[in-house]
Amino acid sequence: MLTILFDGIAYGMLLFVLACGLAITLGLMNFVNLAHGAFAMAGGYATVVMVNWLGIPFIFSLPLAFFVTAALGLVLERTLYRHLYGRTHLDQVLFSIGLVFMAIASMDYLMGSSQQFYKLPEALKGQFDVFGVGIGRYRLLIVVICGLLALGLQIVLAKSLFGARLRAAVDDPRVARGLGIPVNSVFAITFAVGSGLAGLGGALATEITGLDPTFPLKFMLYFLIVVTVGGTSSLTGPLLAALLLGITDVTGKYLAPQFGAFFIYAVMILILTLRPQGLFSREK
Amino acid sequence: MRMSSREVSSSEIKTTQPALTPQAFLLAKTKWRWPEVAFWLVAFSLIWLMPNRHLLLNEIAILGLFALSIDLILGFAGIISLGHAAFFGLGAYAAGLMAKHGIGEPVVGLLVAGGIAGIAGFFSSFLILRGSDLTRLMITLGVALIFHEIANRMAWLTGGADGLLGIIIPPILGQFEFDFRGATAYTYSLVVLFLLFLLARRIIHSPFGLSLKALKDNRLRAGTIGIASARRIVAIYTLAAAYAGIAGGLLTQTTAFVSLEVLDFARSADALLVLVIGGSGYLYGGPIGAIFFKIMKDGLSALTPAYWLFWMGFALVVLVLVGRDRITGFADRLFAPVVALFGRKAR
Amino acid sequence: MTTRRSIIRAGLLGSAILTGAVSYAPMAMAQEVVKIGLILPMTGPFASTGRQIEAAAKLYMAQNGATVAGKKIELIVKDDTGTPDVTRRLAQELLVNEKVSVLGGFGLTPLAMSTVPLATQAKVPMVVMAAATSMITEASPFVTRTSFTLPQAASVMADWASKNGVKKVVTLVSDYAPGHDAEKWFADTFTAAGGKVEASIRAPLQNPDFAAFLQRVKEAQPDALYVFVPSGVGATVMKQFVERGLDKSGIKLIGTGDVTDDDIINGYGDAAIGAITAHHYSAAHPSAKNKAFVEAFKKASNMRPNFMGVAGYDGMHLIYEALKKTGGTTDGTKLMDAMKGTAWESPRGPVSIDPETREIVLNMYVRKVEKVDGELYNVEFSTFEGVKDPAKKKK
Repeated sequence: MLTILFDGIAYGMLLFVLACGLAITLGLMNFVNLAHGAFAMAGGYATVVMVNWLGIPFIFSLPLAFFVTAALGLVLERTLYRHLYGRTHLDQVLFSIGLVFMAIASMDYLMGSSQQFYKLPEALKGQFDVFGVGIGRYRLLIVVICGLLALGLQIVLAKSLFGARLRAAVDDPRVARGLGIPVNSVFAITFAVGSGLAGLGGALATEITGLDPTFPLKFMLYFLIVVTVGGTSSLTGPLLAALLLGITDVTGKYLAPQFGAFFIYAVMILILTLRPQGLFSREK
Repeated sequence: MRMSSREVSSSEIKTTQPALTPQAFLLAKTKWRWPEVAFWLVAFSLIWLMPNRHLLLNEIAILGLFALSIDLILGFAGIISLGHAAFFGLGAYAAGLMAKHGIGEPVVGLLVAGGIAGIAGFFSSFLILRGSDLTRLMITLGVALIFHEIANRMAWLTGGADGLLGIIIPPILGQFEFDFRGATAYTYSLVVLFLLFLLARRIIHSPFGLSLKALKDNRLRAGTIGIASARRIVAIYTLAAAYAGIAGGLLTQTTAFVSLEVLDFARSADALLVLVIGGSGYLYGGPIGAIFFKIMKDGLSALTPAYWLFWMGFALVVLVLVGRDRITGFADRLFAPVVALFGRKAR
Repeated sequence: MTTRRSIIRAGLLGSAILTGAVSYAPMAMAQEVVKIGLILPMTGPFASTGRQIEAAAKLYMAQNGATVAGKKIELIVKDDTGTPDVTRRLAQELLVNEKVSVLGGFGLTPLAMSTVPLATQAKVPMVVMAAATSMITEASPFVTRTSFTLPQAASVMADWASKNGVKKVVTLVSDYAPGHDAEKWFADTFTAAGGKVEASIRAPLQNPDFAAFLQRVKEAQPDALYVFVPSGVGATVMKQFVERGLDKSGIKLIGTGDVTDDDIINGYGDAAIGAITAHHYSAAHPSAKNKAFVEAFKKASNMRPNFMGVAGYDGMHLIYEALKKTGGTTDGTKLMDAMKGTAWESPRGPVSIDPETREIVLNMYVRKVEKVDGELYNVEFSTFEGVKDPAKKKK
């Protein structure tokens, strides 16, 4: 039973890594970027290329996947995304869905439509027992990375100067600019980090969920659930939401497989009906 | 709010006297304009002009009706839904099951499909009364996903993933048989679309419709002048669900087949996309968007069956970057008097 | 003056070309065209099915020429995105506007089922090249199939398992119609042979993580875990199967060949080694015909052919053969009659079309995933010959 709990936590953590970038762009920058999954996919494919074709060790390819997708995010932000900050949510949805379509077709063209995998080092395979609880090595890695990430992000956003500037820039770009905050580069960096995190999440997820060109659409749902249920005010919300969803999903399937897919949706509807702003909301 | 001046656009001012009583102003808005008449004339004339593409036209009409139903809630009540396929699918299954079990008469089928979807819409509308756009998006989506799951689970009734088999659709009103080329199908769908469009047009120009618009623009202010917001949202959501159900029923009846895909997330997303392309808030957005969307998709996938999605995405990105306003500006000017502002500016 | 003359000259030239073109047109038409409409999911989650079949069909045409019985074959490929109403519309348009003589493709059961009434109505043969539910061929006398049916694979797997020391099994299938089929036919055959199905687990189709289900399997400790999931998801199951140490606790992984799809198995990693599946085709099938097929396929499309690819290849073969028999007549009923009973040597071994049910009769192989020359393959080690669809045998 504790094994199941651990699996749920690992799955939730994975969802968090995948979704936290979106929590940043949507929650802080107020930009509905449905193409978030496309960045995750890019990170996944980047890892596949690095590990399988270039022979880079898996552990090193993770940070590389982060930087590759962050760079990609930066380029796209400077060329395309920045034109859309002031636009309506609907425009943003339309635009980012367009990007998703393009990403899917391009990946299909470049890498083929079938599933991709990378070869994991032996050290990360398998399970070991701690007091009778089976702990998957790879899942443990996810939990560790994600924990550090959540902590680091929260510190940066809440405590650092950059975090303060970002929050100022989001609340009122004009005043922030007047105070000498380089709003454009703050946004660009934030966006790049958000995409990079998605890339990292994609790189980690490939092993567990598989990777094919429809990845961005398949997982869009999960990202959105995590972010809306968690609320967009801080990263604590999405983290808790991701954990909650991960655990509900895994234990739900374990205890009552015949209702498998219902759990996650039912929990979401319930929470959103009771707390429309998500678990943690910034009252406006 | 920044675009509210567009509601009273230049052509409006030119064609009417500057000093209008409120009644006269509102009446002037309900008048039929020649582009609208032309739109329907063209649509009906295609029954004779494009016999080879009736099937595609039929799909366009159904998608147009489905998008119109979303327009009712998005364009006139400001509710974004990503789960409207729930009602579409419900209508589709209702019509399919009736036809399978002997009550095949299409018109009756449509009414029942719309009725059942409307009832479902009524009950689920209470979930979306509160919350932000994003919350509503996710709740509607969740409802649709649960419907999908239920339909999959109740395979004894719905046929599950194999689809509902053995649907036989008798001639409409005992008169018009569905033919192989789809002429009847298109005519039938178009007539239904037209009638429902007339009804929608009547409703949005009624006091009820006007009060909805007030709600959409500013719920707080509307509340203070005595408009009960919850009741109106429930009403319009129910109506929109019924419309979607009828669209679903049309799909079943013209293709004699239903499967789980009628409840797919992709179907909701497509319809929302269609509406956004066509522009919401003036009723023609759905049908016009459907025309663009389907023709583009059809043309592109004929050229490159495997990679058309790329060009579809490219078109969307360009559409947004160049500005939908500029591209659809043409249509906007045609229907200027009824073009409402586009979506809601993010808070 | 000169300009005027040149205009006249240009005009004359133009009209000459025009008359030439017009008079040439009937000549071009002299060689009649037989159109084959291939409707496949080319985009979306089932895109790989479409790609394999398209590549195989084109390969067949490249190898065997585009002319049969004096008729020119024209292949029209359409993308239905895996949506049944689109499949139906495309089929209808192909029939009405393009006047196709044969419809082919059909990636999934609902896609095929939505089109079946049209084939019946238009009396046009429909060659199913992927969809695997048994009932499709029963829905219309104009439907035949060159892929396989799930009951064929599932019952053979059960048969083999019961004879090879497997007594207790847990089944894990994706929760949709083909999954239910795979579960039912395995369980029926297996229990009839004296085995015991300990638990039947159905996982949602959209299910990224199998941790919970596999944990249940671990606790049940069966002799084998029988898996049916759509191709692609198989990798996830296998990896997590090994991650959880199920392989070490002595549980065998068995399933239908969808789980160890040739197209992608090489990416599964060592986790897949040892999995035992029953299916009708493996790229490692030891025959000269198959070697040539695999090589040509890889060259043409950069993919390893899988069971869908071979079905597409055989589908084209069946259409060609039928046209040869009818002498190029495209009458649907005659084509259908010609297809019945056709037998040929496919890359996967001998196959034929059952004249009564129009269902394919084929050899089912039991295979084990092994490493051959550094790549993973399904190596066949036991053959069940001439397997008919058990779902139809009963009647």
